[in-house]
Amino acid sequence: MLTLTYRDALNEALREEMQRDDRVFLMGEEVAEYDGAYKVSRGLLKEFGPKRVVDTPIAELGFTGLGVGAAMVGLRPVIEVMTWNFALLAIDQIVNSAAKMRYMSGGQVGVPMVIRGPNGSALQLAAQHSQAFEAWYAHIPGLKVVMPATPADAKGLLKSAIRDDDPVVFMEGEMLYNLKGEVPEGDITVPIGAADVKRTGSDVTIVCHSKTVAQALKAADRLAEENISAEVVDLRTIRPMDTDTIFTSVSKTNRCVVAEEGWPFAGVGAQVVDYIQRNIFDELDAPVIRVTGADVPMPYNKRLEKEARVDPAKIVAAAKRVLYLE
Amino acid sequence: MSGSTASKKKGSKRPAKATPAATEEQCRNWYHQLCLLRRFEEKAAEAYSLGKIGGFCHLYIGQEAVGVGVMASLREDDYIVGSYREHGLALARGVPPRSIMAELYGKADGCSGGKGGSMHLFDADRNFLGGHGIVGGQIPLGTGMAFAAKYHGTDQVSVSFFGEAAANIGSFHESLNMAALWKLPAVYILENNGYGMGTAIARATASMDLFHRAYSYDMEAEAVDGQDVFAVKDAMERAVERARTKSEPTLLEMRTYRYVGHSMSDAAHGTYRTKDEVEEYRKRDPLVIMAAFMKKQGMTDDDGLKAIDDEVKTEVQDAMDYADQSPDPPLEALYTDVYAEGG
Repeated sequence: MLTLTYRDALNEALREEMQRDDRVFLMGEEVAEYDGAYKVSRGLLKEFGPKRVVDTPIAELGFTGLGVGAAMVGLRPVIEVMTWNFALLAIDQIVNSAAKMRYMSGGQVGVPMVIRGPNGSALQLAAQHSQAFEAWYAHIPGLKVVMPATPADAKGLLKSAIRDDDPVVFMEGEMLYNLKGEVPEGDITVPIGAADVKRTGSDVTIVCHSKTVAQALKAADRLAEENISAEVVDLRTIRPMDTDTIFTSVSKTNRCVVAEEGWPFAGVGAQVVDYIQRNIFDELDAPVIRVTGADVPMPYNKRLEKEARVDPAKIVAAAKRVLYLE
Repeated sequence: MSGSTASKKKGSKRPAKATPAATEEQCRNWYHQLCLLRRFEEKAAEAYSLGKIGGFCHLYIGQEAVGVGVMASLREDDYIVGSYREHGLALARGVPPRSIMAELYGKADGCSGGKGGSMHLFDADRNFLGGHGIVGGQIPLGTGMAFAAKYHGTDQVSVSFFGEAAANIGSFHESLNMAALWKLPAVYILENNGYGMGTAIARATASMDLFHRAYSYDMEAEAVDGQDVFAVKDAMERAVERARTKSEPTLLEMRTYRYVGHSMSDAAHGTYRTKDEVEEYRKRDPLVIMAAFMKKQGMTDDDGLKAIDDEVKTEVQDAMDYADQSPDPPLEALYTDVYAEGG
């Protein structure tokens, strides 16, 4: 085991996959000479040269579509979006081209590409730079949506995403890049579509992903101080969703909280709740409660911003409510 | 929009007059293709009015010389993407009329298995990589295929077809900039048929010489008489040569005209142009121009031309019969081809 930051784990995955397969190239704004806006691509230009690590103009629609076209004829592009906020400029190519190519060509043409970059809010970046878009992309058949919460998952899932034959929306946590953790050495992949129980417990299940995983683990620590045993299920992949792991956990605890950074309306948590009520309704001892970001554009003011965010205290409160303790 | 033929690079002007130098066999083949594209679309319109083709259906009638002249200049391993007005492009590329008509019918034997329809014709074996339904969406895709050709070190060329209205969308400009910046082997075929749906070019575009836009990106460009197969092929051969040997892109503005409506829901001349205007353009019909050339050269006479047209009519009727008899895709097909493995 190595101790790496989430950023360096992603960097290792890119490096190893580019060494392994010369069809893989990285393209995006500031990925080469600047070493990456968030330094995920540090050193890659030096190792692989400008043919495979390509700085682009600020033209998200153009270079994302270029990636789709290159993938259609056999390359394996990794397209970096500086943040998912900017990928709104590219969403036509992600949704109308990448996601649908295999289907509308009757299975003749696939799009093996990864579109990756940071998602979610950082600190005081205000409304246009503080958004969590996973529900948007998870809505689209033809896309896979992957959201690692730890350095080990970041590396293993990015390797799987690059090897996948379908377009993968790979969402990194903007506030997770400095997170340190143990990462297995060598060519270890984490499968797409497999959730992970990050902490076992018996009284309540907390389903979470990306940034809310660390918050759920903190919440579980606090609940433990009150003799409440919480199980933390990290989805890791939003689409396809690993419902088996969710059902196994909720069937054991009979109570569930779903925490996500995004907005409440038609969010990822709404889908989790739908799966639970349709499949294991009789296992529930209480309605499932969702903890989400506030249903507003993100304010700049620090106090208002804190109020808008998910935090461990809000997850603790929700857990107590499903246990009828509050 | 048939008009002047001009070429320019950084202020220099070079006339690009068509210089027909073709064998009788080539001319007969091109006339056959022009007829095929025309009669196929007429048959598609008939099938549409009978309710056999659904959804949107955009015909290529009037623009045939562009498809035929461009495809005549390409190799089998070159890449092609088009917009939703791509039936004629697929035919000119050699996709069998049967599999195109069956696709328009949504049948299992269609070139996209009945899942694509009129706007999404694909034939991967011929590197015909889609009709694409969002205006301008295919331009970055074609650019990516040129990027891949250069990345692999092959001398393949990637050709992107789009209408003049797409020259006002961001993906056009973003693509041309990247293709010129990175010297990609791409040819951009701007089919200027004068109208974006019902909006005349002059009502949507400040500068009427669309090929000038390439100069903003330091890219070679020409305006071409898109009604004349020879003019199209001439200009295309220069562009292909530039892409294949120097890995440099070109924008070709093909000045053409569509006689029919934007789609089947739009009457032939609609509310936005006069019948007289349409009739005026019919005087420069690509089939008439090619027929006149062949007769003048003594390659054929009216009977010979009619024999070609009759042959095509049989071929197109056969395509319709084939599509009529082809089965619908099985219901299980609904959930296949979403992902590489399984549903």
